[in-house]
Amino acid sequence: MRDFQFHTPATLADAHSLLNDYGEEARVLSGGTGLINMMKQDLIYVDHLVSLQNIGNLDYIRWTGEGLQVGGRTTQQQMATSDVVHQNLPLLTETYGEVATVRVRNAATVGGGVAHGDPAQDPPPTLLVLDASVHVASKDGERTVKVRDDWFVDYYTTGVEQGEIVTGITVPPAPAGARTAYIKFLPRTADDYPTVAVSALGVVEGGVVTDVRVGLGAVNSTAVYAESVAGVLVGKAPTMDLAREAAETVRDLCAPTPDFRGSAEYKTDMAVVFTRRALSRVLGLDQ
Amino acid sequence: MTRVPITVTINGTEYTAEAPPRRTLVDFIRYDLGLTGTKEACSVGVCGICTVEMDGVIVSSCILLAVQAQGAQITTIEGVADGDTLHPLQEAFMNYGGFQCGICTPGQIMASRALLQQNPDPTEDEIKNWMMGNLCRCTGYYKIIESIQKAGEMIRLGA
Repeated sequence: MRDFQFHTPATLADAHSLLNDYGEEARVLSGGTGLINMMKQDLIYVDHLVSLQNIGNLDYIRWTGEGLQVGGRTTQQQMATSDVVHQNLPLLTETYGEVATVRVRNAATVGGGVAHGDPAQDPPPTLLVLDASVHVASKDGERTVKVRDDWFVDYYTTGVEQGEIVTGITVPPAPAGARTAYIKFLPRTADDYPTVAVSALGVVEGGVVTDVRVGLGAVNSTAVYAESVAGVLVGKAPTMDLAREAAETVRDLCAPTPDFRGSAEYKTDMAVVFTRRALSRVLGLDQ
Repeated sequence: MTRVPITVTINGTEYTAEAPPRRTLVDFIRYDLGLTGTKEACSVGVCGICTVEMDGVIVSSCILLAVQAQGAQITTIEGVADGDTLHPLQEAFMNYGGFQCGICTPGQIMASRALLQQNPDPTEDEIKNWMMGNLCRCTGYYKIIESIQKAGEMIRLGA
């Protein structure tokens, strides 16, 4: 790892002025599980690391009328083990509990993960399914971006701009009667990156699908939201044939990188299979 | 090279040493402070060998910077025993074969200690889930699981 200067501002305002002073030479450090690994492998060089470790009030989980409010410095393990999260949005509990290992979750933060934009990470597909928003702050003020509005731009590229810091996320309540599932295909080890990952939510009322959502991870340069699934299923009585038809529509969203977890063709096929399985669970077809 | 003073409390003793900001926590603990019980292997947060407890939770010290631990309370393998009295996990790892070639053992003990602190009676599945990512290249996982279960029994019996 190359040398750099380390800054520990005590307030967001101080952090913003450091980011302003050093411009593109600076990077924001939250938990560091992604960034430090990249720096150790000389994948990126940083001259000024601006750590959020001394900034208070960015570590919270609250349930409000708007849904779940989570501070950017909240750890992923806090998300995975919070009673408030589990009572209100168990899909988040399930998803964050799947991230790497407890040691990584204890350091990795919610805001860091959202800013990092690793295409194979667990939370992004679920944040797309739950229609989460990201709060970012710069010296000029705050803005809020829905993750579905192209927050995830490309490999490790997200909507956080130069000089901005992710301060938290908001996740709206899930619709009444929603069933959810987060499943991933791990042919190697339980803490590996998935070959494919699928997050899903479904609501069936009076025998008819009223809401169905699917997000996919590891199948493209970012996590993707599969809007096409609802077009096949909403307004209809759920059947396995329809779930198969809906799952087929995710094929066009897949452009995976071939690696030792599978060829591009194989990963795409598995994305369809895992979407079908997730749909069968959230539409109550697997009983 | 800029060096900065870093102060941490490890196993109840406060240490201050100067190191460049790029120093990882595991290197700081081993080479700047001389506490070589903590090992490093994969260097990318995957294998679990470098597990230490920091401010009450276990972390991979190879993917944390020492400067991120500024002011932290850390426990390493050297702080697990109570004087000459070994921790039940240390006893169990020796008596039930969890201690094999020994390289992964400090990390296995630090990780399982954190599990038993919050759940002294974990099921086999709970142990496997928690210990996922603490790799043993001797592949003697059943002995490690058994050692953790036996240590849990000792703790529940007040050993």
